[in-house]
Amino acid sequence: MEDTKITTGGEFLIKKTEAKDIFIPEEFDEEQRMIYQTCKDFLDKEIHPNLDRIDDQEPGLMRDLISKAGELGLLGISVPEELDGFGQSFLTTMLANEAIGASYSFAVAFMAQTGIGTLPILYYGNEEQKQKYIPKMATGELAAAYCLTEPNAGSDANSGTSKAVLSEDGKHYILNGQKMWITNGGFADVLTVFAKIDNDRILSAFIVENNWEGVSLNPEEKKMGIKGSSTRQIFFNNVKVPVENLLGARGEGFRIALNILHIGRIKLGVNVVGASKIAINHSVNYANERKQFGKQISSFGAIKHKIAQQAILTYASESAVYRASKNIDDAIIEAKKNSDGKTNANIEGSAKYQTECALLKVFGSEALDYVVDESAQIFGGMGFSAEMPADRAYRDSRINRIFEGTNEINRLIIVDSAIKTAQKGEYDLFGKAKEVMAEINNLSPVLNGNESYYEEKQKYIAAFKKAILVTIQSMMDVLKRKLSFEQEIMMNVSDMIIQLYVAESLALRVEKLNDMKGDEAISIKKDILDVFIYDVASEIRKFGLDAINSFAEGENLKTLTNAIEHFTKVGGVNTKDARRRIADTIIEENKYNL
Amino acid sequence: MKILVCISNVPDTTAKISFVEDNKVYNKNNVQFIISPYEELALTRALELKEAASGTITVLTVGLQDAEPTMRKALAMGADDAIRVNTEAKDAMFVAKQIAEVAKNKNYDIIFTGKESIDYNGSQVGEMVAELLDIPSITSVSGIDVEGTTGKIQREIDGGYEQIECEFPFVGSGQKGIAPEPRIPAMRGIMMARKKPLNIVEPVEFTDLTQVITHTLPEAKSACTMIEPDNVGELVRLLHEEAKAI
Repeated sequence: MEDTKITTGGEFLIKKTEAKDIFIPEEFDEEQRMIYQTCKDFLDKEIHPNLDRIDDQEPGLMRDLISKAGELGLLGISVPEELDGFGQSFLTTMLANEAIGASYSFAVAFMAQTGIGTLPILYYGNEEQKQKYIPKMATGELAAAYCLTEPNAGSDANSGTSKAVLSEDGKHYILNGQKMWITNGGFADVLTVFAKIDNDRILSAFIVENNWEGVSLNPEEKKMGIKGSSTRQIFFNNVKVPVENLLGARGEGFRIALNILHIGRIKLGVNVVGASKIAINHSVNYANERKQFGKQISSFGAIKHKIAQQAILTYASESAVYRASKNIDDAIIEAKKNSDGKTNANIEGSAKYQTECALLKVFGSEALDYVVDESAQIFGGMGFSAEMPADRAYRDSRINRIFEGTNEINRLIIVDSAIKTAQKGEYDLFGKAKEVMAEINNLSPVLNGNESYYEEKQKYIAAFKKAILVTIQSMMDVLKRKLSFEQEIMMNVSDMIIQLYVAESLALRVEKLNDMKGDEAISIKKDILDVFIYDVASEIRKFGLDAINSFAEGENLKTLTNAIEHFTKVGGVNTKDARRRIADTIIEENKYNL
Repeated sequence: MKILVCISNVPDTTAKISFVEDNKVYNKNNVQFIISPYEELALTRALELKEAASGTITVLTVGLQDAEPTMRKALAMGADDAIRVNTEAKDAMFVAKQIAEVAKNKNYDIIFTGKESIDYNGSQVGEMVAELLDIPSITSVSGIDVEGTTGKIQREIDGGYEQIECEFPFVGSGQKGIAPEPRIPAMRGIMMARKKPLNIVEPVEFTDLTQVITHTLPEAKSACTMIEPDNVGELVRLLHEEAKAI
C-alpha cells in the first residue's frame, strides 16, 4: 500500500494524505479544552473589560496583565516542567495561542513574551542561562523582548549594523547599536539582542538585561493598531554584556533568529484564527440586532454572504493550522528520540515544516484581514465608529501581514523552502513533476464519474497539485537561475501552494469529521468544503495562468495553458445557497459555532 | 474543616435552547456544559475558606458520565476530590435524596449548594438536603466567613442584608456576592486535576415525585419602541392600545 504519512515539510505537494492521518481540532481532549477555556476566562475577566485602558497604554497595566497571565501559568505552557513550566505539547500551546488571539494588543504582548521573548533562551541557551531566566519568564516575573530589526535592517535582517566587541580583559562584549519595533520594549527586563561580533558577516545573539548601563529607550511608537502593545526603539550604548551572555555560538544568531521565526509564524497563523472568531461574533451580533427596512440585516443575502465567507476562511484556516501543528508535534517527538543533544528538537520540528509555517502565516493573516474588513462593512456607518468593536479589530489586524516576516518575504520562503527541501532529497518533487510533465501532452479526465463525495474532492486536489507541479517545473526549466529575480512569478506559485494546502486540509478534516460524527451532523461543513474548493480552483487556475504567461511562449505556453485549465476544472456549486446555509447556522446561534 | 460543594452540570448561559421527544427532554446536542454559576461562586468561596484555614473540599454531582468534564474543572479550580452519583439528575427531591445519602455519615461541616441551578431554577435542593440531614439550612448566602466552628453569614434579604451566625454543620445555598468572581483554573490546577480522585457511587432508589409534561419556549422578544421624553401622550397611547397594559 502507498505510504501516505507526511514526514517532511512541502511533501504535501506530491503526496496524497489520508483523512485518518491528520489531526483535527475536534480531537482535542478534555484537558486541552480546559486550558483553552482558562485562556478564554482570563480574557473575559482581565482583557475584554479593559480594552480601552490597554490601548491608552495606562502605565503599568500591560505589564501587570503579563504577570496575571503568569500567575495562571499561561506563560509557561510550553516551558518544560524542570524549568517551572507545564511541558505541554506543541498542539496544546497552539490551542492556547488561538484563545489568546482574541485579545488584540494583549495577544501581541503575550506572543512576544512566550514566543520570541522566551524561546531563544529556552532553545539555544546553556543550562545556566536557562536556569537563570526561563523560570522567571514562565511566571511573568521577568518580561522579555526580542531585538532583531534595525532602522535599515528589516526583512534583510542579517544586514544589521549593531556591533559587539570583546573587551580587553575578555570578560565582556561591548555592545553598540540601535533596534526598532521592539514589542514589549517599554517594560521588558530581558532582551535577546542580535549583533555582529567584530567584523563577522553573520549575526550573533546576546542576552541583555534592560537595567544595564547604556540601555535606553525611545518613547512609545504611535501606531495604526495594536496601540496597547508597547513598541519602542532601544539603544545600546557601550553596554557591557558579560561573555557568558552570548546565546548559542558566535555567528549562530542569524540561524536562531530565523528558526525562532518559523515557530512565530505558525503561532501567528493560529492566533489570527482566534481573532477571526471573535470578529465574526461581533459581526453576527450586530447583524442580528440592527434593523433596516423593517428586518434584521442578517436576513439579507448580501450580509449572509459576508458572514458565510468569514466563517469559511476561518474554518479552513483552522483546519490547516492544526494539521501542520500535529505534523510538527510528531517531528518534535521523533527528533527527541534521535536527539544528538546538539540541536533542539522543537527547533528541528518547526524548521522541518517551514514551508507550512510560512503559508499558514500568510493565509491566516489575509483571512483575518478579510474577516475584519467585512466586519466593519456589516457594521455599516457604525463600523467606522471608534466606539464599536469592528474598529479595533480592523486596525489591529493589519500588522499581521507585516510582522514575523512580511507576507511577501513569507511567500518567497514558501516556494524557496519547498524547492530547497526537495533539492536536499527529502522528498521527490522533481521526479513527480517530471511525471506530470509527461502527462500534459496526453491529458486524461480528472474524474471518471463514479467517485464518492470525498473521492471527488481528493481527485480535484490531486489535480491542483499537478497544476502546481507543472508550473514549478516549467518555471525552473525556462528561468533556471534567473528565478530569484522573478519575484512576481514566485508570488503566483506561492499563492497556488497556499490555496492548495488549505483546501486539502479542509477536505481531509471534513472527511475525518464525517467518519466521526456521521453525514447529517456535518452538512454545513460539506457546504464549506464545496464553496472553498470551487473558489480555490479558480484562484489556482488564475495564479497558474499568470505565472506561465509571464515566462512561457508559443507551443509551450499553449500546452501549459491547456494543462493548467484542465487540472483546475471543477464541478459547479450553488454557492449562494451553500453560503446561506452556512450563514444561517451562525445567525441562528448568534455566534461562530463551527 | 470539611466542606461539600454540590455542583450541577448545566448548559452554558449562551446555549441555544431546544427540546426533543415531544418537548419533554432538553436537547443536549452541541451544547457546552458548565458548572452552574452560583455553585461555581460557592466553590470559589469554599476554596478561599479552606486556604485561609485548612481542610478538604469535596465536590458532588448527581449526573451521568457526561458531567465529568465540569467535575474535573471543579478539581482544577482546587477541590480535593469529587463524587459523582451515577444517575440522571431528576427533580429536586430526587437530587436532594442522593446528596443526603452520600453526606449522611461523612460529617461535613458545611454543605454548599447554589441558590438555584440555572437550568431548571428549582431553588429547593439545599433546603431539602438540610431537612433530610436534620441540620440548619441558610438560603441566599451572599457572604461567609468562618471562626472556629461557626459560620458568620451574610444573607441578602429584600432591600438589605441580614447577618447571622450558625454552628457547624449547616447547608448554605450560595448566591451572587458569596465570592466576587469565579476562580479561573490555573495551569497547575488543570494538570493536578487528572490525578485527583473522582469517585463514582451508585444512586439510592427513589421514585420521582414529579414528572415533566412538556416545555414551552418563551415568545421571541419584540422590539423596543423608543419614545421621545416629551411625548408622554404617545407613551400612554401605546401602553393602552398596543401593550394593553393600562
